[in-house]
Amino acid sequence: MGSQGGIGQSKEFLDLVKSIGEARSKAEEDRIVIGEIETLKRRLVEPGIPKRKMKEYIIRLVYIEMLGHDASFGYIHAVKMTHDDNLFLKRTGYLAVTLFLNEDHDLIILIVNTIQKDLKSDNFLIVCAALNAVCKLINEETIPAVLPQVVELLGHQKEAVRKKAIMALHRFHQKSPSSVSHLVSNFRKRLCDNDPGVMGATLCPLLDLINRDVSSFKDLVVSFVSILKQVAEHRLPKAYDYHQLPAPFIQIRLLKILALLGSGDKQASEQMYTVVGDIFRKCDSSSNIGNAVIYQCICCVSSIHPNPKLLESAADQIARFLKSDSHNLKYLGIDALGRLIKLSPEIAEQHQLAVIDCLEDPDDTLKRKTFELLHKMTKSSNVEVIVDRMIDYMISINDNHYKTEIVSRCVELAEQFAPSNQWFIQTMNRVFEHAGDLVNIKVAHNLMRLIAEGFGEDDDTAYTHLRSSAVDSYLRIIGAPKLPSVFLQVICWVLGEYGTADGKYSASYITGKLCDVAEAYSNDETVKAYAVTALIKIYAFEIAAGRKVDILPECQSLIEELSASHSTDLQQRAYELQAVISLDAQAVENIMPSDASSKEIEIDKSLPFLNDHVERAIEKGAQPYIPECERSGFSNASYLNSQDLHDVPPPHGLRFEAYELPKQPSVPLTTPPISIGSSNELIAVPEPAYDRGNQAAVSVPSSSNSGPAEVKLRLDGVQKRWGRPTYSSSSPSPSAAPSQDTVNGLTVSNGATSVTPAISKGRETTYEPTRKSQVVEISPEKQKLAASLFGGSSKQERKSSLGGGHKTAAKPSGGHGAETSVKKMAVPAQQPPPPDLLDFGETTVATSGPLIDPFKQLEGLLDMVEPTSSTKNHGDVNATKVPDVMATFGDTATAVEQGGNHFSSIEDVDNLMSGLSSATTDASSGGGIATPQSTAHISKGPNLKNALQKDALVRQMGVNPSSQNPNLFKDLLG
Amino acid sequence: MINFVCLISRQGKVRLTKWYSTYSQKERSKAIRELSGVILSRGPKLCNFVDWKGHKVVYKRYASLYFCICIDEEDNELEALEVIHHFVEILDRYFGSVCELDLIFNFHKAYYILDELLIAGELQESSKRTIAKLISAQDNLVEVAKEEASSLSNIIAQATK
Repeated sequence: MGSQGGIGQSKEFLDLVKSIGEARSKAEEDRIVIGEIETLKRRLVEPGIPKRKMKEYIIRLVYIEMLGHDASFGYIHAVKMTHDDNLFLKRTGYLAVTLFLNEDHDLIILIVNTIQKDLKSDNFLIVCAALNAVCKLINEETIPAVLPQVVELLGHQKEAVRKKAIMALHRFHQKSPSSVSHLVSNFRKRLCDNDPGVMGATLCPLLDLINRDVSSFKDLVVSFVSILKQVAEHRLPKAYDYHQLPAPFIQIRLLKILALLGSGDKQASEQMYTVVGDIFRKCDSSSNIGNAVIYQCICCVSSIHPNPKLLESAADQIARFLKSDSHNLKYLGIDALGRLIKLSPEIAEQHQLAVIDCLEDPDDTLKRKTFELLHKMTKSSNVEVIVDRMIDYMISINDNHYKTEIVSRCVELAEQFAPSNQWFIQTMNRVFEHAGDLVNIKVAHNLMRLIAEGFGEDDDTAYTHLRSSAVDSYLRIIGAPKLPSVFLQVICWVLGEYGTADGKYSASYITGKLCDVAEAYSNDETVKAYAVTALIKIYAFEIAAGRKVDILPECQSLIEELSASHSTDLQQRAYELQAVISLDAQAVENIMPSDASSKEIEIDKSLPFLNDHVERAIEKGAQPYIPECERSGFSNASYLNSQDLHDVPPPHGLRFEAYELPKQPSVPLTTPPISIGSSNELIAVPEPAYDRGNQAAVSVPSSSNSGPAEVKLRLDGVQKRWGRPTYSSSSPSPSAAPSQDTVNGLTVSNGATSVTPAISKGRETTYEPTRKSQVVEISPEKQKLAASLFGGSSKQERKSSLGGGHKTAAKPSGGHGAETSVKKMAVPAQQPPPPDLLDFGETTVATSGPLIDPFKQLEGLLDMVEPTSSTKNHGDVNATKVPDVMATFGDTATAVEQGGNHFSSIEDVDNLMSGLSSATTDASSGGGIATPQSTAHISKGPNLKNALQKDALVRQMGVNPSSQNPNLFKDLLG
Repeated sequence: MINFVCLISRQGKVRLTKWYSTYSQKERSKAIRELSGVILSRGPKLCNFVDWKGHKVVYKRYASLYFCICIDEEDNELEALEVIHHFVEILDRYFGSVCELDLIFNFHKAYYILDELLIAGELQESSKRTIAKLISAQDNLVEVAKEEASSLSNIIAQATK
């Protein structure tokens, strides 16, 4: 068939490939490639290179780039090659540029023109090559340049072109949805294309569009269902079969679409039940692709409005996946279980051992998937086991990306389900200790807040107990080497606030520890800052309590060091510390009230204490403040009138049409510029940033003199930016300002506690009835694990002793305790004994019995729909005519098989090709002109002799010497 | 959506790469390095999927060559596995029992085939026959162009004699 290795390529190139193949190390390979780059750099600048030679150079460049080296010096030659008239060279040029350039490369602008020309070519292969390039290279800015032509190609007579045009539009949609939003009707029309390949390709953009906006495609449900039905019934040409399954890739795409369309829509879902059920039944479960389709069915079933019968078949398939020996199927089974568990939580029950097996599997991928499942099924009864396992796993891995993910999951679960405060703090400590750098800083702030505010209990002893246990644990940890910065911040803060609160530890002990931290992590300024602030607090509390403060020598030297620090922040803190120490108890009590961190600090964002100042400034002729958003909005509007503003492409977009003539700005130039007050030294902006009404309002006061009304108007902008709805012009008492200042000044050092917005994560715990633990006899550890994960009755007792639950929100909830007790009550009542479970299984079957009837009715309905739709077949965009179109698929299929069709039948081509190749074999073997090497390449067939020759070549070339079997793919492909 | 396709030999040598999402040259080499580290060291009985930076990489080994496809989180892994197999079947049909050597020397042809199979990160054609037809149409055209070129150069050569 196609010409084989070596032909048409020079010795040089073959040598290059060979030497790369022989390279024993990456370093050697790099050396060879660098030599090659030098050669090519030299060659490419030579004048008058023949085109054939140039083509080879470009392929060599591709090779270099593929090996991970930079070939950018040759990009321009690839771009030039796309301009060539010869398809042979043009195709190489396009291949090279699509491989070299990303969509944001500067050279693309040089290719756009060629692409435009090629899209109009008579030769459909040139059009195809150009469309391939369009898909890769055209970016948001250049879409308008090719869009009209691509749309035109949707009606091209060659299906290959239509298909690529559709995919190009799909790409455009991904890059800039607005650019193709008016083309939705074209996609709908292509759904009825009589080539199944085009129809299949059209599903890609439709899937994207539907994902974005489900509601406007609901009318297509019928069409998709009927297409899927016909695909499943083998109505497409046989060429689309894949491993005896009818067009599985199209089926999968359709199932994805149906899942979106049926989500939360009972009516639409009901139309799908029959066909999805059919696919479940029909799919061959022994092949990979069959399982892929079944998996997609399960995804679909779990997304659409639930149907008991389908859920049951989905559960059966999941059971099969999980029991399979193949890790791939197990993986999919776990994933599918995670999807279905939301709809029917009881299904996890029967698979608990399989899940635990997967959790302990050496395969990392499978393990992670299982953690994902556990994350979905976490309840307050099993949170301890699950989070523990997650943290253990987290500690064992190195992959930072996944570590971050699993850490955020742990934190989320811990915050949501924590059974007790102690547990929560311990868990957080573990998380911080091992992955502190990967934790979002907000989590740390949250933890500090929880320690400060408690968990909503009113009990004071619980508070202090919590805090002192936190202090205890931190004092234990603080000595450990190399703690993450975030964790140290938490530790310093907590020690500063509560280190001496219960009197267990002396101030000098705590300050000593803090100084150690500041010393040990001397390059981390944030930690040092936290440590110094903690010192301030401890000394302040000591002074306030009337005790004598003796400063440790190391602390003294720390203060001295920091007051000379390069960081102004650290300097400031050091000076503050010195200042605080010298104050008397009374003053300290005022600036540093004990346990103030949990008190709310009112911040008036309108900064009313500045009103006086603003008023005075405006009276003196200053301009009123205009918020930034209004300012920038107007710089545009001064050039274009507001109507135009919506039509014009984004300011930086390239334009491919000529500019239109400039328009008169709508704001008349005669409008007097607002001159504020009487002062003229400020030049007003010519077209100020207001609409007309506003402008008039502003210009009025310019004539009048000062007054309260004027001030109000001029503060318009200010009020919008800072003001509260209840803003009043009366200035507040000036005494507010200084007091707030001090508070601010100190709370900044207190860490972000007061600043972080309250993360009120409501506990959305839905208490499901706990289920019985497993019956089968397996190893005791596994049983225990299973019980703790899935059962949890034993946990319940323990939990009850722990008392009040954990709460993230700041406001206390009285109802929480009650909830837990309700739960406790409910547990024994709803725990079904083993035989009950079996009964339960049967009842579901029984209930699904009557549901069969609506199904039948539905089928009847569908049958009714089909004939009617095929009768109203008047070239409408509406896809109801799909059934008819699908019939044409069937027709073409048979026609092709009969060989009586107007396109050249493929069997013929094949014969021709094989004839050709056999002819060449004869010629070469007979004539003996060709080298043995080329013979091997030309007539490569499945026969053994050739295979041996190939093997010989492999050895001769030194490439891949380790491979034993030359016919590498033969056995794999059967 | 498919973010990229790469073929890596058992020794970690790159045989083919095609990037559908935007990656800089640095990111590309890094991705290949990381992935070959992860994939080549995996045992034979483990599953054919690995997590990679929020994406999933589906791979399959054919003889000494690993075919890898990077897909999005929500995509169907088994389908991707079959896309790989589909590609291999097409290569096999085109080259006639394909082996690694075919791909080494004719990597540009493998690219042309891949361009007919995948476009913009999606499977564009699931019929082997259609792809074979298109590729052979292109090859024929190239043959014609070659002949023309050689006959032209012959004429020129004769004329300049």
